[in-house]
Amino acid sequence: MKITFPHMGNIYVPLKTLFESLGCEVILPPPCTKKTLELGVANSPEFACLPLKINIGNFIEAIERGADTIVMAGGVGPCRFGYYGEVQKEILRDLGYDVEMIILEPPRGNFLDLINKIKLITTQNNKTIKDLVRALRFAWKKALLLDNIEKQSSKLRPREIEKGQTDKVYNSLVKRILDVKDETELETLKEEISKAFSKIRVLKNKTPVKVGIVGEIYTVLEPFVNLNIEKQLGELGVEVHRNIYITDWVRENLLPSFLKPKDCKNILKLAEPYINCFVGGHGQESIAQIVNFSKKGFDGVIHLLPFTCMPEIVAKSAIPRVSQKFKIPVMTIVLDEHSAEAGFRTRLEAFIDMICHSKEVKNIAVLSGN
Amino acid sequence: MRIGIPRALFYYQYFPFWKNFFEQLGLEVVLSSPTNKEILKQGLEFCVDDACLPIKIFHGHVADLIGKVDMIYIPRIISIEPKEYICPKFLGLPDMIRNSISNIPHIVDTELNLYKGKNHILDHILNLGKILNIHQTRILFAYFKAIKAQRQFEKLMIEKFVTPQDIIDKRLTFIENQTFKKRRNNIKVLLLGHNYNIYDDYISMGLIRKLRKHNIDLITCEMVTKSQIKEGNKKLSKDLFWTLGKKTTGTAYYFLEHKKVDGIIHVASFGCGPDSLVGELIEKRAKLEYKIPFLYLNLDEHAGEAGFDTRLEAFLDVLEGRKHIEDNISTYG
Ligand code: SF4
Ligand code: SF4
Repeated sequence: MKITFPHMGNIYVPLKTLFESLGCEVILPPPCTKKTLELGVANSPEFACLPLKINIGNFIEAIERGADTIVMAGGVGPCRFGYYGEVQKEILRDLGYDVEMIILEPPRGNFLDLINKIKLITTQNNKTIKDLVRALRFAWKKALLLDNIEKQSSKLRPREIEKGQTDKVYNSLVKRILDVKDETELETLKEEISKAFSKIRVLKNKTPVKVGIVGEIYTVLEPFVNLNIEKQLGELGVEVHRNIYITDWVRENLLPSFLKPKDCKNILKLAEPYINCFVGGHGQESIAQIVNFSKKGFDGVIHLLPFTCMPEIVAKSAIPRVSQKFKIPVMTIVLDEHSAEAGFRTRLEAFIDMICHSKEVKNIAVLSGN
Repeated sequence: MRIGIPRALFYYQYFPFWKNFFEQLGLEVVLSSPTNKEILKQGLEFCVDDACLPIKIFHGHVADLIGKVDMIYIPRIISIEPKEYICPKFLGLPDMIRNSISNIPHIVDTELNLYKGKNHILDHILNLGKILNIHQTRILFAYFKAIKAQRQFEKLMIEKFVTPQDIIDKRLTFIENQTFKKRRNNIKVLLLGHNYNIYDDYISMGLIRKLRKHNIDLITCEMVTKSQIKEGNKKLSKDLFWTLGKKTTGTAYYFLEHKKVDGIIHVASFGCGPDSLVGELIEKRAKLEYKIPFLYLNLDEHAGEAGFDTRLEAFLDVLEGRKHIEDNISTYG
């Protein structure tokens, strides 16, 4: 059995680790490229949302490299993601690929279901529950570490003296984390990481503009789709924070609700005057996080969504009011297969200019007020 | 007290219930005007531009009610069937309206959530009673009256093959004469699509009118029994969680399987999430497995009527050609 799964940012690192620790062979889809996109677009329903299409591209490229089993998350709605797997299964079948598709339906209070599906994969390899727990813990630790280096990098990027150095370090660290084979090695790697980061020379007293990124999870997490927005903003001297990291996604989608952190719910309260209930995906959360970023003193927020993304369209209706009430500039960027790097950079620059300008005005107001 | 009901979205599904319920409670029910140019214009002006056409039109209908009513009924429709949803935009509809239109009358946005079971309709009804400050017994009385009217409405559509608009607009002679048996030779078209698209004469550019003028016998999801839909949906490998999508696939697969229609027209809104996946599933099956002509009509505010008509005419020509050949074969064969 040669397992593969779709890309979404760095999620391939913990997933590969998990399946390999369970004795499966993993074939990673090559990183998303233009070709992935083209394959996906050519073989998916025209009006499906972008993540579905790129998934298809990933699958085809992985199958071509020998994968015969696809692991995919499922869902119970209300959004399209919950039906992705079924549609993708049909597409691949119609294309004549002979692959097995294992769709992990979210537990909804039934955590055992998930364990059973994973066990199905593992018993073939003579693994016990204990092995499974160990594998899960190891993968989880890697995910935490990845989130950690991502957060550190976005702090360093706007402050680095030698441009591009942070990314170099970051990329090599991701590779290191991917290759680590056991938990003790992971512990030693932690030291290596702080050493590597401390070597990056930075402008100590620089206080960069701070921008939060919210929106639909796939577009937030997958740099290929969001045209590397975090890196681009870093180059423009902006410190970037996201509302969601990989570990958040796992917590939300794969853990039973009693294990979810409490502040999740509290934060959603912030959205209620504007979006009063769950609207699928991260629609309500996007609004809550805009409020939250504003409260934490951020200078602006960028809202990302794929073209026709339903929950985020609902969220978008609330943005003008929220932005006005909390005096925080918000720019919405709709991404689709035609998004081009050129115009994108200009838009980012204009937005950052605007933020800097209004920040200056604010500062002057404060100064003259004194 | 005047309560406004936008003539859009679930008006086409629930109007008999809503009207009887509120009138029984002594409220005056005021409908917005039938969709027209002005309503579309207001909808486009107020609504976020990424939304689908029916949601935009809904905004226009709400705007149309401003100044004419004391409150507007925009229930938060989370679910109308156990374990199913409509779509994220329905979940957030009252919010979208509040976020986008200022100075509107009070919005009655009581939640309608039958996800955990049909009996939760009572929660909705009783909460409405609380908001309207009306005693429980009166509310329940009105509810029973309304549900009766609603059932009659649904039954009539199935028995007589008529549309919600035929009934609501009381086209009585038409309904009386509407029986398929007399005209066995007419072309039968399965018209798929969400009720608020196909029955809104303005949005659908008079599609039903035009089909009837060509003497086409129409079947829509509303004219099909629940058990037929259920039978059709057995073909799905995983249960769909969108009520409207499930109605569409069930109807389509049922008729495809029984070879009872000459062609299928699927009307979808541009940018509709559920239909982007559901439509694809059906179109593929219809064309590949059953070789039944399939016309996909995508609606948005830019769709021009001329192009729409041309495509429709061409499609009907194909159906007529096929029918002709079939008839000849059966006469001579
Ligand atoms: S959240 Fe958006 S991108 Fe994700 S499935 Fe739903 S519509 Fe598609
Ligand atoms: S047309 Fe589709 S996307 Fe629009 S409201 Fe209806 S189900 Fe939702």
